[in-house]
Amino acid sequence: MSEIAVRVDGLGKQFRVGQRARYLRLSEVPARMLARAATWLRGRVGVTPDQGPSTIWALKDVSFEVKRGEVLGVIGRNGAGKSTLLKILSRITRPTEGEVHIRGRVGSLLEVGTGFHPELTGRENIYLNGAILGMRKAEIDRKFDEIVAFSEIERFLDTQVKHYSGGMHMRLAFAVAAYLEPEVLLVDEVLAVGDLQFQRKCLGRMSEVAGHGRTVLFVSHNMGVVSRLCSRAIYLCDGRCTYQGDVAEAITRYTGFGRTASSYVDLRGAAGWDQTTRTGVLQFLSTHRADGTPATSFQTGDDLLIRIGYRFDRPMDKVSCLLMFYDATGERVMSLTNMHQTGPLRLPASGVLECRADDIRLASGSYDISLWLATADAAGTPLDSIRVATVIHVDIGSYLGGAPLLRGQGVLAQRSRWSIAPGSEDHGAS
Amino acid sequence: MTDESTGSSRRTTPQAELPAADDPLAMDGDNSAVLERSESEAAPGFGPAAAASELPWTVIRPGKGWYWVELAELWRYRDLLWILALRDIKVRYKQTLIGAAWAVLQPLAMMTIFYCLFNLMGARVVSGGVPYAVSAYSGLLLWQLFATSLSQSSNSLVDNQSLLKKVYFPRLIFPLFPILAALVDFAVALVLLAGLVLWTGVPLAWGIFAAPVFVGLAVITALAVALWFSALSAMYRDFRYVVPFLLQLWLYITPVLYETGSVIPARWRLLYFLNPMAGIVEGFRWSLFGTGAVPAAYFGASMAAVFVLLVAGLWYFRRVEGTLADWV
Repeated sequence: MSEIAVRVDGLGKQFRVGQRARYLRLSEVPARMLARAATWLRGRVGVTPDQGPSTIWALKDVSFEVKRGEVLGVIGRNGAGKSTLLKILSRITRPTEGEVHIRGRVGSLLEVGTGFHPELTGRENIYLNGAILGMRKAEIDRKFDEIVAFSEIERFLDTQVKHYSGGMHMRLAFAVAAYLEPEVLLVDEVLAVGDLQFQRKCLGRMSEVAGHGRTVLFVSHNMGVVSRLCSRAIYLCDGRCTYQGDVAEAITRYTGFGRTASSYVDLRGAAGWDQTTRTGVLQFLSTHRADGTPATSFQTGDDLLIRIGYRFDRPMDKVSCLLMFYDATGERVMSLTNMHQTGPLRLPASGVLECRADDIRLASGSYDISLWLATADAAGTPLDSIRVATVIHVDIGSYLGGAPLLRGQGVLAQRSRWSIAPGSEDHGAS
Repeated sequence: MTDESTGSSRRTTPQAELPAADDPLAMDGDNSAVLERSESEAAPGFGPAAAASELPWTVIRPGKGWYWVELAELWRYRDLLWILALRDIKVRYKQTLIGAAWAVLQPLAMMTIFYCLFNLMGARVVSGGVPYAVSAYSGLLLWQLFATSLSQSSNSLVDNQSLLKKVYFPRLIFPLFPILAALVDFAVALVLLAGLVLWTGVPLAWGIFAAPVFVGLAVITALAVALWFSALSAMYRDFRYVVPFLLQLWLYITPVLYETGSVIPARWRLLYFLNPMAGIVEGFRWSLFGTGAVPAAYFGASMAAVFVLLVAGLWYFRRVEGTLADWV
């Protein structure tokens, strides 16, 4: 069945910058009215007003369709309008222009645990939260046991929620939301909390939801999840829907946006791995072809040369350096480290480290490179790290005889030779 | 949660320390992807979505038009109305020493003070042989219902802003559920009134069956005004301070602590009864004790006022409810 479940036409949402700032006092209203009248007057007389824009379009001219049963990923940078879009679709706020048509009941998860009251017990909050999300009391009664089982807090059901740990709080909240059965489900980055095991549970649940013919709109920053869960995606950029369609393509646009590859990158101000503090050892990183010419675009099969400038305060014995290559979905596809072939490095206090990788087999795409410097002993003490040092582009070119390697066919390009084994005969099985 | 995933490598030599981050999607060993739709794991009771042809369309548009109040939708959410009212009531008495007993103590204390005070000052019997204490107390109870409903309801949007901004349900529920909670308190206080009436031996009139009507009217008036104030308070914080002040004034121009007949000169009465609560409080007292009947014309004035307030209030609320979440 492929009827349309959600149709968005020319949707726009405008905010007055002053409105967003803080609430007005009644006393300010006359002053504002005067100011507006003055501006209007000046406009009539021909004097151009010299103030900056006082309104912003959080969304402008957004149009797309979602078929029944589809899981649509909504991706974009912070501030691109994703949450505003979901708020409009959830009817929490009204659009400034455009129209939305939605078929069926809408359930929205913009926040986990909405309406939870700390003074009430877990049991009471299940009913409260469920009712707030749109479930009837009879429905909650029916699903009560399953919700409790999913949340794993049976023992604490009758304790006040204010005594719960953060994790319990979140599990309970998600458990209630997980048993929502709307025709259209809107999910906004709520999976960003919780431990591993529970996140898996939640993801599993969401894919079940989709599997039963329900439509899901999923906003997330986790490209891995988006690429696995979603069948289509839209990419929002500054309030406009600049792409809709294939998930991988949307992800590439999102991750590649604004990233102009540069062969030489100064690392001194760059962010460390996972918010760890930088020690300032790593100075720069540059990418080259084997002959030393700076380059950011390569062909599969090329030889790669990476230079890493570093500075310690003294010579170091036993250092390991790790270069990690990530593709557009956030998957690590390749790791280069001296520990593989060369062995622990003994480095002078400052200098340039060179890494040569021959015949790289990455398929077409853009790859982020991260850096990790650590001691080469059992302790592996980190010396410095960079979350994303630079990006390189690879094109498969003629590595596979001119054939491309499409999404889903693999991350590695591997040549192969095919032939018929000797002894094969012309007649088949007798 | 970073958006980079590193799978755990099982064959690293100890020296090649690879920073491990947590990845919920890491497939270790033979676990097939959690995300595959396996029938064996289908959750019980989680059925397929209803056939498309049965589903209603919802259309979302901009526009500040006047819409009919969508009663069907409100009806569908009636459970939520009650649950939210219950939440407020429960929360009020949680972690108190004597719990729900407070609901009884407050009106009991007020009533005792009233009774003693006015008896000490020399009992003034009002029309129909009803002692002043009883007459005033009954009016006061209804007034308390009105005042609490109005003030709680006017703050409902601001007090529940997280709900307003994160979930959808018909916005009318916000000003409605505090009124429900106030009605529960009123019910408790009514029991005490009954006790007082029994104790003082004041006879009840047959009009008592009309009493719920007046209670309903008081509540509707509170709602009508709260529709304005709740929306305005969400947009301009000044209004939160206006309401208590307004209620104080309003009490004086309502015949709670006095009877219209004895205070308001005849030529001002029509104007006086434009205050809807005037007609309602007198009506309530009349229904209970048969005293102080109000001429139909005056009562009509009160009703007309309520009607206008309600219709205007509904219009305004519906007009702004779509964008309230942006203001708060």
